[in-house]
Amino acid sequence: MTEAVLFWILAVLAVIGGIGVIASRRAMYSAMSLVWTLFCLASLYVLLRAHLLAALQVLVYAGAIMMLFVFVVMLLSMTDEEKGKARASGYGIAGSLAAGTILVGVAFAVAGQPSPEGPLAVGTVRAVALELYTEHVLAFQVTAVLLLAAIIGATVVAIRRI
Amino acid sequence: MEIGLEHYLILSGVLFALGAAGVVLRRSALVILMSIELMLNAVNLTLIAASRYHGTLAGHSMAILVMAVAAAEAAVGLAIIISVFRSRKTINVNRLALLRG
Repeated sequence: MTEAVLFWILAVLAVIGGIGVIASRRAMYSAMSLVWTLFCLASLYVLLRAHLLAALQVLVYAGAIMMLFVFVVMLLSMTDEEKGKARASGYGIAGSLAAGTILVGVAFAVAGQPSPEGPLAVGTVRAVALELYTEHVLAFQVTAVLLLAAIIGATVVAIRRI
Repeated sequence: MEIGLEHYLILSGVLFALGAAGVVLRRSALVILMSIELMLNAVNLTLIAASRYHGTLAGHSMAILVMAVAAAEAAVGLAIIISVFRSRKTINVNRLALLRG
């Protein structure tokens, strides 16, 4: 019962944050709304017994990635047309259509399916690490190479003419 | 009322649709990147909820990898935005339609 109440509160708050991301006129408000949504999702992860993921969500997403975004928002001086209205109305229709299609697709896929009930798996550090370093060790190492490529790529792109 | 997997899937679908609408609707490349982050988070919620209701931890390790990919994507994307802003003085994607130097 408590779980249901918490889920509904957090779900509504997360959706409000998501609307704020795409509806805010200033990029900084969008970034703050995204941080809000990320915190709501971290709380939902705790409800889902994913404790490690909840901590990582706050540290990595809200801490590191959003800090990057906020710095870039403050570095760039955006013109009025970028702050202001959405694109031309054709884009508005296309965007609403795309979003509506995704929603209807998800609703159709989910409707009438019974919720599966497996044993309760708690995502503690130890349990997730065992899974990550045994079953998915190849993907883990490929991700390490991807991060190296991202570091080199970001440095090369952002640096001024050498 | 019991909260099942379908509730989390619907919530994740709503967040993903909001992100997709943001990518199409907004003109600022920065806000488009933020919308993409929102979509990645919706996918993470799906993975973790599926993990919870199937009683496995595979989704958790997958979600960690998605986070790493999101960090890499944000770093490179923001570097490109800064570089484009330096040369063109705008990040309005309507004005960045030409790929010529």
